[in-house]
Formats: sequence, structure tokens, C-alpha cells
Amino acid sequence: MSKEWPIWEVFIRSKNGLDHRHVGSLHATDSTMALENARDVYTRRQEGVSIWVVESINIAASNPDNSDALFDPAIDKAYRHPTFYKMPKEVKHI
Amino acid sequence: MKDIEMDQLFQDRIDRGEVIEPRDWMPEKYRKTHIRQISQHAHSEIVGMLPEGNWITRAPTLRRKVALLAKVQDEAGHGLYLYSAAETLGISRDELFHQLHTGKAKYSSIFNYPTLSWADMGAIGWLVDGAAIINQVMLTRTSYGPYARAMVKICKEESFHQRQGFEIMMILCNGTEVQKQMAQDAFNRWWWPSLMMFGPPDAESTHTEQSMKWKIKLKTNDELRQQMVDITVEQAKVLGLTVPDPDLKWNEERGHYDFGKIDWDEFWQVVKGYGPCNKERINARNKAWDEGAWVREAAIVYADKQAAAKDLSIAV
Ligand SMILES: [Fe+2]
Ligand SMILES: [Fe+2]
Repeated sequence: MSKEWPIWEVFIRSKNGLDHRHVGSLHATDSTMALENARDVYTRRQEGVSIWVVESINIAASNPDNSDALFDPAIDKAYRHPTFYKMPKEVKHI
Repeated sequence: MKDIEMDQLFQDRIDRGEVIEPRDWMPEKYRKTHIRQISQHAHSEIVGMLPEGNWITRAPTLRRKVALLAKVQDEAGHGLYLYSAAETLGISRDELFHQLHTGKAKYSSIFNYPTLSWADMGAIGWLVDGAAIINQVMLTRTSYGPYARAMVKICKEESFHQRQGFEIMMILCNGTEVQKQMAQDAFNRWWWPSLMMFGPPDAESTHTEQSMKWKIKLKTNDELRQQMVDITVEQAKVLGLTVPDPDLKWNEERGHYDFGKIDWDEFWQVVKGYGPCNKERINARNKAWDEGAWVREAAIVYADKQAAAKDLSIAV
């Protein structure tokens, strides 16, 4: 029998107050083992205070070929940014 | 779009300094070259544990033992970061191991040399990790995202490896005459193989040009090697060790050290499998893989059973 252990993506919160961030992946048979392995592989020097693991096949990803259609519409919407609106100099705290 | 146009668009992205991510389009050769280079690098980390693992139980003090243990554990981690980077290119972990175990894939030939004395732990940390750092610092800016990110993590961890090695050398060099000789002997044996780690001279290196174009490499083998010589010769002076090279000489004009001819015949012999420990290393990896088979299988069966039991309890 040669069945490969599934791949898990590992996310680590480096300290409270920060988001979990993707750090890499590893192989494990279940979530318990994935967490244990993530501890050993990715936090040998106090890199984290919290770990998330997600089996890779459960992640849906956008296709880079569609990036134009997905992300370009935001390019010409300068009015979504505060700098689009000119304020008189004497107006403070806005 | 034609392949040639796609290739050009891809090259433009690289020239603009863009980073390539796993799901981006890439030329097949870029993918293959990366799989080869990243997996070779991963295998080197894994096989690299063997020569040092050999001394863990015989470390002279507890302090040395925990340091060496932590270093070797880091190398396992480095191998795992790199395997996972290689897998993003669509090759499986089992296939990568298969290539290592059958000798199809290469690893750094430095690990085919034996570790004969405790001083070798010093020489390896100082020289071999030192050479690896020079190469890896360059690779943190490589064009393939997952590889570059793995390199950043690895570089953060390497510095301790080199320092613990240098410290071992320093203590031996300040010890008894016999200890000093031990250090010099280790230095003599590891110096040339360390310089070979950067690969064949530029004139004979088949991959260099394409690799530079794709920013898989940002400096040539000879440039990196020169960097290693210039840095290390000064460090050897601090230790009071003699560089085993009668032709070594500071070149005022170049602003670099000139050094003697490297025995490339020896290098190719070791690469082709005839180094002192090639067989031993591959056998050790195969043994670990074969003897671990039942663990890998049992873990899957256990996980399946747990999942089935959970499904059942939900159904009830
Ligand atoms: Fe390493
Ligand atoms: Fe290292």
C-alpha cells in the first residue's frame, strides 16, 4: 500500500492582535497530527501563539488567468479612496 | 497565444521583478528546472542530517549536544519547507522521495564526505553552513515565490548553525596542541569540498545562463565562491588556522583573494556516486523509508477508522 498522506496548509498567528498568516504546508493523516507537525516544523522558535491547519483540497482559489476580470474593475474607482475628496486646508481632523 | 509569445510575456514579468506564484502560467522548462533545483536543495537538507547526526550521541558536553540536536532538527525543517515548495509545482512528495532513493535526484555532494572527529562538527557548521548561507541569501530574491519564502525562513535559522560551528572551532583552537591539530585537520579536509559546493566553474556550468535569465540564480558559481573565500580566509586568521592552499594570496588589484586550482575531477567523481559515503547515505535514507512504511500505513488506517467512527456517531 502506498497512499500518500494528505497535504495541509498551515496558518500561524505570530502574536495576539495579528492575523493568522500562511506559512507553508505539510503532510498529515488528520487534523490532530497536522497541528502537531505544524508545531514542530513551523514554530521551533516561538513563531506563533496559535495555529490553523486546513486540508489543501478544501481551499478554493481564484484563477490567476481571471485576475484581470476580477481585480481590474477596482483600478478606475479612485472615489473609493479618501484622497479623491479635496478638503479645504482649514478643515481639521477629517 | 503561441508558446513563444507566452514565453516572452513570462520573461517580461521576471524582468520587471515580478514574483511567480504556483498557479501562474510558466514555461514547462521553468517548472522542471525549479522542481529539480528545489528538490535537490531539499534532499541536501535531509541527507545533510546524516553526517552530523553521527556525532549527536558523542557530543563532548550537554551544551554541545543540545545545540547539535537543534541544528540537525532545523535541517529536517529546512528539508520540509523545501519539499512543500517543490510540491506547489505539481510533483508529489512520494515521487520526490522516490527520486532520491533511486539515485535519480542529486543532493549536495559535500554530504558524501565522512565526519571523522568532533572537530568536523565545527568545520561543517562554520564552512558548510557558511557556504549554504551565501547561496541561500541570494536565493531569498529568486523569482519563484514559494522557493524565495522558504529561503527567508531558512536564512533566519542558518546563522546559529554557522556560529555554533565556529564556536566549536574556536574552543578547539584555543585548547591543547592536540585539539588545535584536530581543528586544523578538519579544516584541511572540509575546505576544498566547501568551495566545490558552489558548483562547477562558470565556463563549464550548463545551467547558469538560463538560470540567471529566470532569476533562479542571481550570482554565478564563481562569484559566490569568491565571496566564500574572501569571508572565510579572514575568519580562519582569527582562529589561527592555516588555509590548506599554498596558492592563496591577496590580490590588491582585484580586491579579492586569489586561490589555487580546485580538483574538479574529485568533484565529478563524488557527484557521479564514487565519493567516500555516497552508498552509505543513500542506504541510510532507504532504510529509514522502508522501516517507516508500517508507520505511514498504520497512521492512515487509524485516521480512516477515526473518521468512520465520527461519521457513525453523527449518523446516530
Ligand atoms: Fe539548512
Ligand atoms: Fe544549516
